[in-house]
Amino acid sequence: MGKEQKGPKTKRFGMVIDLDKCTGCGSCMVACMAENNVPFRKDESNKFLSLTWLRIYKLTNGKPFPDTDICYLPRPCMHCEGHGGHSPCVSVCPAVATDYSDETGIVSQIYTRCFGCRYCMASCPYHARYFNWWDPVWPDGMEKYLSPNVSPRMRGVVEKCSFCYHRYQLAKERIFIEGRSEVEEDEYQTSCAQACPARAITFGDLNNPKHAVYKKKKSPNGFRLLERLGTNPKIYYVSSREWVRRAGDNYLKGEGKLKESVQHG
Amino acid sequence: MKIDRRCFLSFVIGGAAGTTLSPLPWKLMDDSSIWTQMWPWTPVPEDGEISYVDSACSLCSGGCGITVRKIEERAVKIEGMKDHPVNDGGICPLGLSGLQLLYGPRRVKHPLKKVGDRGSGKWAKISWDSAIAEIVKILGKLRSNNQSHTVGLISGSDRGTVPSLFRRFLTVYGSPNLMRTPSLQDSYEIVLNLMHGGQALPGFDFENADFILSFGSGIIDGWGSPVRMIRANSIWRNTGAKVIQIDPRLSNTAAKSDKWFPINPGTEAALALGLSHVIIKEDLYHSDFVDNYSVGFGEWKSLLREDYPPEKVAKITGIDELTIVDLARKFARASKPIAICGRGRGNTPGSLNEFMAVHALNALVGNINKTGGVWVVADPDYIDWTEPKLDAKAVSGMQKERLDGAGSKTYPFTRYSLNRLPAVISSGETYPLQALFVSGANPLYTMSDTMAVREAFAKIPFIVSFSSYMNETSQLADFILPNHTCLERYEDIPTPFGFPRPVIGLSRPVVEPQFNTAHVGDVIIKMAKEMGGSIAGAFPWDNYEACLKETLGDRWDTLIKKGFWSDSRFKAPSWNGSFDTPSGKFEFANNTKGFLPQFKPVGIEGDETLYPLILIPYDLTRLANSFIGAPPFVIKTLEDTVIKANDVFIEINPETAKALRLREGQYALLSTPKGQARVKVHWFEGILPGVIAMPTGLGHLGNDEFLDGKGVNYNQLVGPVEDPGTGLDKAWGIRAKLAKA
Repeated sequence: MGKEQKGPKTKRFGMVIDLDKCTGCGSCMVACMAENNVPFRKDESNKFLSLTWLRIYKLTNGKPFPDTDICYLPRPCMHCEGHGGHSPCVSVCPAVATDYSDETGIVSQIYTRCFGCRYCMASCPYHARYFNWWDPVWPDGMEKYLSPNVSPRMRGVVEKCSFCYHRYQLAKERIFIEGRSEVEEDEYQTSCAQACPARAITFGDLNNPKHAVYKKKKSPNGFRLLERLGTNPKIYYVSSREWVRRAGDNYLKGEGKLKESVQHG
Repeated sequence: MKIDRRCFLSFVIGGAAGTTLSPLPWKLMDDSSIWTQMWPWTPVPEDGEISYVDSACSLCSGGCGITVRKIEERAVKIEGMKDHPVNDGGICPLGLSGLQLLYGPRRVKHPLKKVGDRGSGKWAKISWDSAIAEIVKILGKLRSNNQSHTVGLISGSDRGTVPSLFRRFLTVYGSPNLMRTPSLQDSYEIVLNLMHGGQALPGFDFENADFILSFGSGIIDGWGSPVRMIRANSIWRNTGAKVIQIDPRLSNTAAKSDKWFPINPGTEAALALGLSHVIIKEDLYHSDFVDNYSVGFGEWKSLLREDYPPEKVAKITGIDELTIVDLARKFARASKPIAICGRGRGNTPGSLNEFMAVHALNALVGNINKTGGVWVVADPDYIDWTEPKLDAKAVSGMQKERLDGAGSKTYPFTRYSLNRLPAVISSGETYPLQALFVSGANPLYTMSDTMAVREAFAKIPFIVSFSSYMNETSQLADFILPNHTCLERYEDIPTPFGFPRPVIGLSRPVVEPQFNTAHVGDVIIKMAKEMGGSIAGAFPWDNYEACLKETLGDRWDTLIKKGFWSDSRFKAPSWNGSFDTPSGKFEFANNTKGFLPQFKPVGIEGDETLYPLILIPYDLTRLANSFIGAPPFVIKTLEDTVIKANDVFIEINPETAKALRLREGQYALLSTPKGQARVKVHWFEGILPGVIAMPTGLGHLGNDEFLDGKGVNYNQLVGPVEDPGTGLDKAWGIRAKLAKA
C-alpha cells in the first residue's frame, strides 16, 4: 500500500475480457476450480454458498420478445487497485490476511491468517469473495487430483481468485534457474485464460506495452464494472453492445446515456 | 438434607459463578476450537515432479487434444493441447472435469455380474476370465442354434479401431445388428450419399466462411466439435463474418449471432426452400455450378416456383416476407456462405427433407468443395484389415435383415436406425434380440421415450455393458465389463463431425489403470479367441495395442510424438468428377431414388386441444447430455434458473405464463403424451410464446450422488417420430401442457 503504482518495474496484472466472443460455455469456471482445488458439494444451486472464484453472470437487456438479448459476463476477482492500493477488501481486513501487492498488483488471500470475520466479503462490491461454511470433502479417491500448488482451504476462511498466483511463482522460479530477469507474457497465464475456447480472456501486465492487454484495454468499447465506485479494478471488459456497457456500471433507469469516453485507470 | 428455595438458588448461582471463574470451560472451549481445526479434515496434496502427457479426449465425439499435468503418478489437471488442429489449446467444461470421472465415485471398479433382479443394483464381483467365459458360452450357444443374428451391439461411434473390431467380431460371428447412437450424422450421411454420392461425412470450412446461416444448430452450444465451433465463432468476430440464427428460442448461439429470427418450430425446411425460391427467381444462384455440375435442378425449380413463394413461406414460418427476400439476397451475395442444420447439438437426426433443403442452399450458391464451403470428407482409410473369412453360420447370419430395418427396402439409404429398435422389440414382428452389447453409449438415458426403451430392453434376456461408469444402461445389464477410461487406454480418435480435414487423435494412458478394468479392444480379441474357429482366425493380433500399432502403421510414430496426425495435403475434391452419383453430378433431385427436397410438416405427438403448448429441448455446453453424465464441476456451473436444488426450470414466455397464471419460480406439472414431471417455471423473454423449453442432460439415475435425481430427463417426456423415407427420428419437440402443481 502507499505509493501510486507507476514506473517500468511495477507490474499490474489484469485482464481484458471480450464479451462479444464469450459464449458463456463455462470452461473458465471449471478451469479455475480444477486448477485451484475448489471443492464442490452435492447441491451447488444456492449461489450464495457455492464457491466459484470465477462466476459467469447472465445479463439480459430486459426487452420483451423478440427484442430480448442476453450476454454472459465472467467475473473473477477484480484485483482492485483503488487509489494507491486501497482495495475495498484490503482496507477492512483486521488480520492482514488480504493484501495488495505493489509488485504485481495482485490482491492476495492468506488462508492461514484469515479468521473468517467476512468484513472483506461485505466490502467487496463484486461478490468475488466466498466463505467456507464447511470443511471441503472430496469423495473417496478424488483427492488424487488435488494440486500441491494450491493449498485446500479449511472451514471458516474466505477464499477468492488469486490470478493463479502460484503460476507466477513457478514462472519466476523457472526464470531464476534459467538466469533470465523477465517473466514472458506466455509464461504466466491464468488457468481460465488458457482454457477459454473462444480466446475471450486476455491476461497480462497492463503496464507493459508489449503485452496484448495493454492495447486491448484501450478499446473504445471497453468498460470496467462499477467504475464510479472508484475501485479502479484491473479487469476490463469489451462489448460492442451499448446495453451491456451500461449494465456494467449498474446505471439506473433514467440516468444519462453512457459517457462517450470511458475513463481508464 | 432438605433443599429449600434459598438453598437451591445459592447452589445454582454459586455453581455458575464457580464454573465461570474456574478455567475449565475456557480451557474446553479453547481446546475444542483448536482440535476441530487441527484434525486433518483438509487434505494436503503431496508434492512431486511435474510432467505433462499429451492425449485425446473422448468424453464426447469432438476429438479435442488434451495435455494432462501430472505430479508423480497422479493426474492433477487436464488442459487443452496447444497447436492441435481441432481445439488449439481450448477445452470445454466436460473435458476439464475429466479427472472427476477418472477418480470419481461413478467408476465401475471390477467386472460385475448381476445377482438378483435386474435393476436391483445387486452385483457380485467376477474375474475377467470367468466373465468372458460365461459370455462366450452364451454366444456359442446362440450361434450353434443358428441364432447368431439375434445378437446386437449399440455403439457410440462406428469409426476408429474399437468400433471396427466390434464390427469385425459381429461379422465373423454372424450378426448384422451393429447400431450407432443416433445423431445429425445419420441425416447428413444420407444427404451426402444421395446428393454427392458415396459414403462420406460433411466437412465445413467454417474458419474461412463469411456468412453462416444456421437453421437451429447450436453453433456454440455443442454442435459438431464444440471447442472448434466456439473458436470459429471467435474467428468470425475478427473477420466480420455474419452469423444468422433461425431458432424458436434465444439460445446462446442466437444471442451471439448477428441476427436472430425466431421461427415457428419445425418449419425450418420451408424457410430454406423459400430462400431458394428467391435466389432462383432473382437469378442469384451460381450458374456455373448449377448448369454444368448438377442435375435435377429443373424439376426442383418448378416445385419451388409453385409451392414456396415468400408470402406462402412467411405464413408457415412466421418470418415476414421482406425478411425472407432480404436474407436470401444476403446469403446468395456473400462470397462464402454456409447453411447448416441439425438442432441444438444435433442429438436427433431430423427429417431428410429438411437436411436436403438446407444443403441444397450450399449447392445453389456453388459453395461446395471450395475454401470456406462445404467439403466432402471421405471416411478415414487407415483401417485396412484383410477381409475376414466367414463360415457358413456367419454367412447365413449376415444375410438376415437388420432388426432396425436400416438398409432394407423401406429404408434403403439408412445405415443405422436405433430409434426404431424399441418398437421392433416390443412388437415382436421380426426376430427377438437375444443378447445386446453396449459400448460407448447409454441408450437408456439418451433415447427418447425412456419408459418404452426400458420396457423393450427388459425383454432382452442378456445385456452386457462395457461402460467405465455406472449409468442407466449399466444398471440394467447382466454383466458390466468396465473399459479403461480414456485417460488409461490407447485408442485412435478419428476426424470429428464437421471437421474439413482428416485428422486422427490418440488417446494414450496418462495414468495406470486405477481399478480392475480392461480395454474393450482386448476383451473383443479375447472373446474372439475363445470362440475359436473362423472367429478367432479373424483376429490375428495378440492384443489391442498391437492391433492399433499395426493399423496406424507409419502414422503411429507421428501420433506418439505429436499427439495427433493430420493430412496436411488434403484438399477438397474439385467439381469435376468428384460426384459419385449415377449422373456423376450433384443431384438436387432424383426420380429413381425418389427424392426431391420439399417441406412436409413434421407432425409432433399430441392433440392440440389437450396439449396447447409445444415443448422443445435446449442444449447447454454447461451440461453433458450424451452417454456421459455431467461431473460435479460441470453441474456446479449451472445457473440457478436452470436448476435449483433438485428442481429443473422450464423456460416460458411471460405472456404465456401470465395467461396460465404461472409465476416466476412457481411449481408446475408438465405433461406430454409420454409422461409427466414436476418442474419450476422460469419466465424468459427470449422464447416464442406458446413454446416452452427444457434443458437436456438432467434427470439421471444410477450414476453418482452428485448427478442423480437432479431435474428431469427430457427424453422421458418425448417420443420418436419416424421420418418415412429413412426411418430416422425427426421429432423436434412434443405437445405439452402446464398446470399449477
